[in-house]
Amino acid sequence: MSSGRVDTRDWELELKGIELRRRLLEVIHQAGAGHTGGGLSCLDILIVLYHRILNVSPETVEDPGRDRYVQSKGHSVEALYCVLADRGFFPWSDLETLCRYRSPYVGHPTRHVRGIEMNTGALGHGLSICVGMAWAGQRDRATYRVFTLLGDGELAEGSVWEAAMAAAHYQLDNLIAIVDHNGLQITGPTRQVMSPEPLEDKWRAFGWTVRRVNGHDYVRLTEVLRQPPEHGRPTVVIADTVKGKGISFMEGVARWHHGVPNAEELARARAELDEAERRLRAERALLARGVLTA
Amino acid sequence: MSAPAPPMLSAAARARAGRLGLRPGRPNLDVFAETLEELARTDPNLVALTSDSRGSGKLGPFGQALPGQLLEVGIAEQNLVGIAAGLAACGKKPFAVSPSCFLTARALEQIKNDVCYSDVPVVLVGISAGVSYGALGSTHHSLHDLAALRAIPNLTLLVPADNFETREAIRAAARARHPVFVRFGKAPMYDLHPPGTRFEVGRALRLREGRDVAFVATGETVVHALLAAALLEEEGIDARVISMHTIKPLDTEMVLEAGRECRAVVTVEEHSVHGGLGEACAAVLMQAGVRTPFRIVGIPDEETVTGAQADIFRHYGISMEGLAGTARELLGTGRPTRAAVEE
Ligand SMILES: [Mg+2]
Repeated sequence: MSSGRVDTRDWELELKGIELRRRLLEVIHQAGAGHTGGGLSCLDILIVLYHRILNVSPETVEDPGRDRYVQSKGHSVEALYCVLADRGFFPWSDLETLCRYRSPYVGHPTRHVRGIEMNTGALGHGLSICVGMAWAGQRDRATYRVFTLLGDGELAEGSVWEAAMAAAHYQLDNLIAIVDHNGLQITGPTRQVMSPEPLEDKWRAFGWTVRRVNGHDYVRLTEVLRQPPEHGRPTVVIADTVKGKGISFMEGVARWHHGVPNAEELARARAELDEAERRLRAERALLARGVLTA
Repeated sequence: MSAPAPPMLSAAARARAGRLGLRPGRPNLDVFAETLEELARTDPNLVALTSDSRGSGKLGPFGQALPGQLLEVGIAEQNLVGIAAGLAACGKKPFAVSPSCFLTARALEQIKNDVCYSDVPVVLVGISAGVSYGALGSTHHSLHDLAALRAIPNLTLLVPADNFETREAIRAAARARHPVFVRFGKAPMYDLHPPGTRFEVGRALRLREGRDVAFVATGETVVHALLAAALLEEEGIDARVISMHTIKPLDTEMVLEAGRECRAVVTVEEHSVHGGLGEACAAVLMQAGVRTPFRIVGIPDEETVTGAQADIFRHYGISMEGLAGTARELLGTGRPTRAAVEE
């Protein structure tokens, strides 16, 4: 386990991925607002973080030794709300107030919501905050790790690179940045809008350890995020993702950045997810009976 | 840059300061650095952050004495403030120290979101504030900082006038559980307060009683108001002087008293006339229905005149002579006083 090697499939998380996709689309549909594409893009990363990686739970949310997660790409907050509700940080019914008058569940993360560490939403802020958290942890000889999730479009913000420089300078090997590398931003393909490439070279040149992974592969994500850091170096995990992942008509379509599914689209998406779940359960059953091999 | 700085006070003002028994003190900057080091020695969680500004922040000795409590971020003010917010969220007491011109403009969004919206106890220290870097030009002036920061919730704004106020402001900021911004300059200041004065955030200090005109001043301008009051006394004009060291939350009671009890109010600040102390006081008086003759003295909305801090102050009437003149003008407008209206 410590080597990071886990089973070839993570059935529990695969099923959770389908279930939380349903929830996410319902929540956004009901609120009439939300970042559908980006949420589906980073949902699997969040599921792995909150189920396999972070030592934080509703019981330890105030514990000074807890791992910290700061969502720098704050606009994908609905996915985070779903993962936190699923982990029991607050009841699902709270999300019925999303974006409503006097609700703490606004369209970007705030500390008024249980489990959220910092208020984010303006891009390019999270990594600096995490540098501060990681520096404090090192100074206090604490064992917690600090994670952040950045969008690939967000990497055009200069402050990201100020923070990247500082993280390497202070040898913050307790800091892990994850890039939700879906290749899209609100205007279109990131490579066309403002290319962040060559992405790996940039982070490496800034003194970071670079790891690359399919951001929808629960097993590989878990392995990579469990891998110990290189001594004295911060780690960036470039997670290759698909915006709108899991819903055929949303995948890779920029207009779903903050498109809200209407009732008909929601029904179509649900049908796709039901079918995905049926196939997944069948596959698991066949594997269990030895009919298929993994 | 090596030309000697002109004196802050005219010969007449210096002489008057002597007659008033004002003792020349040190730059508030020096007192800040010394106080911060004192506090840091007893609080291992106190961290000073600098953006290649430890020299200008006089924090060289701090860094040598307590290297583990000084965090250098290089020339990167946005990162400075973001890191400070992260530190505060993990139990540290960060003081982010940078020239106010850069700290409050370059990093404004980090101040607004990471610090104030997240409401973490960061202390933002704007050094060489206002026109302290006078001759370096407008890039290095911070005449917008109070205006910009007044509009951000959860932030206390402190502008100490002398060494005592600076020491107390830094101590109060260190105790605060919410964000604080402190700004001051680097010119030597006179000591303005008698021993035993009590400093409280949000409670202005009255330096002189008077009922003809009230000077409501802040920061390095306060001494000029005090000298102007002494000059006016010889002409039979009784001037009240208030050091408004807290811009937010504003001591509205003190402002209203000044407006109700004095025949005129003059506000004085090393800041744009827009959005600073003057407009804050005007709003308080207006909304309470107090219609006292009123004047805002500050830096007007124009490309600031060139020169050293002292030149700029003198040019815009932030001087004993200039402020006395403003008071006379305001009192001589012939408008009926409140007392006359009420009779
Ligand atoms: Mg993207």
